[in-house]
Amino acid sequence: MEINSFEDILRYSEQMNATIPEVMIEYEIRKTGKSREQVIEGVRKILNVMIESVNNGLARDVKSPSGLLNNFAKKVYNAKVNVLTVNFQKAIARAMAVSEVNACMGRIAAAPTAGSSGIIPAVITTMMEEHGIDEDRAIEGLLVASAIGLLIVKNASVAGSEAGCMGETGSAAAMGASAIVYLLGGNNKQIESAACFAIEGAMGLVCDPIAGLVEIPCIFRNAIGVANAFTSAQIALSGVESIIPLDEVILAMNEVAELMSPKLKETAQGGLANTKTAREIQRRFIYQIDIGK
Amino acid sequence: MPSIFDILGPVMIGPSSSHTAGAAKLGYVARQLLGAEPGRAEITLYNSFARTYKGHGTDRAIIGGILGMKPDDEMLRDSLEIAKKMGLKYEFKLIMKAPKLHPNSARIKLHDLGGNSIEMVGSSLGGGRIEIVEIEGFKVSFSVMTHTIVIIADDIPGSIAHISGAIAEKNINIANMFVSREEKLANMIIEVDQDVPEDVLKKIRSFGWVHYVRLVEPIF
Repeated sequence: MEINSFEDILRYSEQMNATIPEVMIEYEIRKTGKSREQVIEGVRKILNVMIESVNNGLARDVKSPSGLLNNFAKKVYNAKVNVLTVNFQKAIARAMAVSEVNACMGRIAAAPTAGSSGIIPAVITTMMEEHGIDEDRAIEGLLVASAIGLLIVKNASVAGSEAGCMGETGSAAAMGASAIVYLLGGNNKQIESAACFAIEGAMGLVCDPIAGLVEIPCIFRNAIGVANAFTSAQIALSGVESIIPLDEVILAMNEVAELMSPKLKETAQGGLANTKTAREIQRRFIYQIDIGK
Repeated sequence: MPSIFDILGPVMIGPSSSHTAGAAKLGYVARQLLGAEPGRAEITLYNSFARTYKGHGTDRAIIGGILGMKPDDEMLRDSLEIAKKMGLKYEFKLIMKAPKLHPNSARIKLHDLGGNSIEMVGSSLGGGRIEIVEIEGFKVSFSVMTHTIVIIADDIPGSIAHISGAIAEKNINIANMFVSREEKLANMIIEVDQDVPEDVLKKIRSFGWVHYVRLVEPIF
């Protein structure tokens, strides 16, 4: 069973008369020899790590070793001012919470990467809280997200070193958007469109981390990734269809990745990482090296 | 071929699958190759590892692995302090330019309290995947995706037959076997499909011409 395109997923879905989560379970069973229960329990474990990472980031003191991140998520979560609605404010805070846990050497589930690990947990926990999605449905949502992630891994890249932040938070936003649509009862066409919109919104996004640390701007791009996921899902669920099919959007993403300068792909040589302030920060933190004794 | 758990996962300690999760695995493999509680560690970080190591916790991850912590163990964060408490002495050397090695590579030499030591070089390939490229001066290449037996023995005729016989006796299937030679010694890397009971290792160890046998278990 090979899945190389969204076309393949739709074909299996039709042949098996199954939902996308069922297609992904079957894919994993055939790929790894695991049982259905093992696959579901594996995703449940990931879900639990995601929930725990959100809670830890909102509860613990999370200050990164560099000092650049300092309990930002809690600040957003508890802010008296909200620009739209309280649940939007919370969704953003959850993504930032996981980003901070990641930067502070806490436990996270990379999804699809550690640098973008805030988006899907924020999407899923927000869906659980705002729409009463239970654990078993949340697992189905994660399986839909995995389908989109798989297509990107196969036909473009989720690595910052290959596709910039487009590959990391752009992919996570697309995965999250498709999960939201599925969980709110959207059809396969709407799932596809949501993923397209999210990637289109992140097309060409560079990876330019200050001092090479997975901290700034990563935490903000995780927050914006959540907004991207919900925005894209809203548009798709309203019945607006993507003009370009997902398979072509992913190929475009790959082309853009190839055109991007290596300076903008996780090497901390361009963009924000190359600003005067970032260079000063880099000198201050990175070259204070203690090599033990 | 990606599994869905390459997309959703791995579960790991942040911030970087290459610089933290992969680094912890390298430390953990070195510990298994030593086969005893390490008392002292000499670590050389190369290339990107040397540049990012403090910021991405590469130092804490490798020391944590050497102390027996896995990539999802929250104690990794405090491994340097734990090392002090447990009496593990360590030092890091940084080499910024080693063009022949993968950008994320480390040389780890571990000493136990009985005077034995082991030295290996490994690379972190991304997504938490690793490759061991050198053990005790032998060029090797394995990724610890499955149980792996590492042997150093005199290079004598029939040695492969004896060793594979000892493994086959217990109905263990050999998936891959690599042999290399340096002067009068041979190195064997044997990847098998399942766990290896201690008596198989004991039997291999009992051959007079075998100097070193260790089992490295996969780390998830």
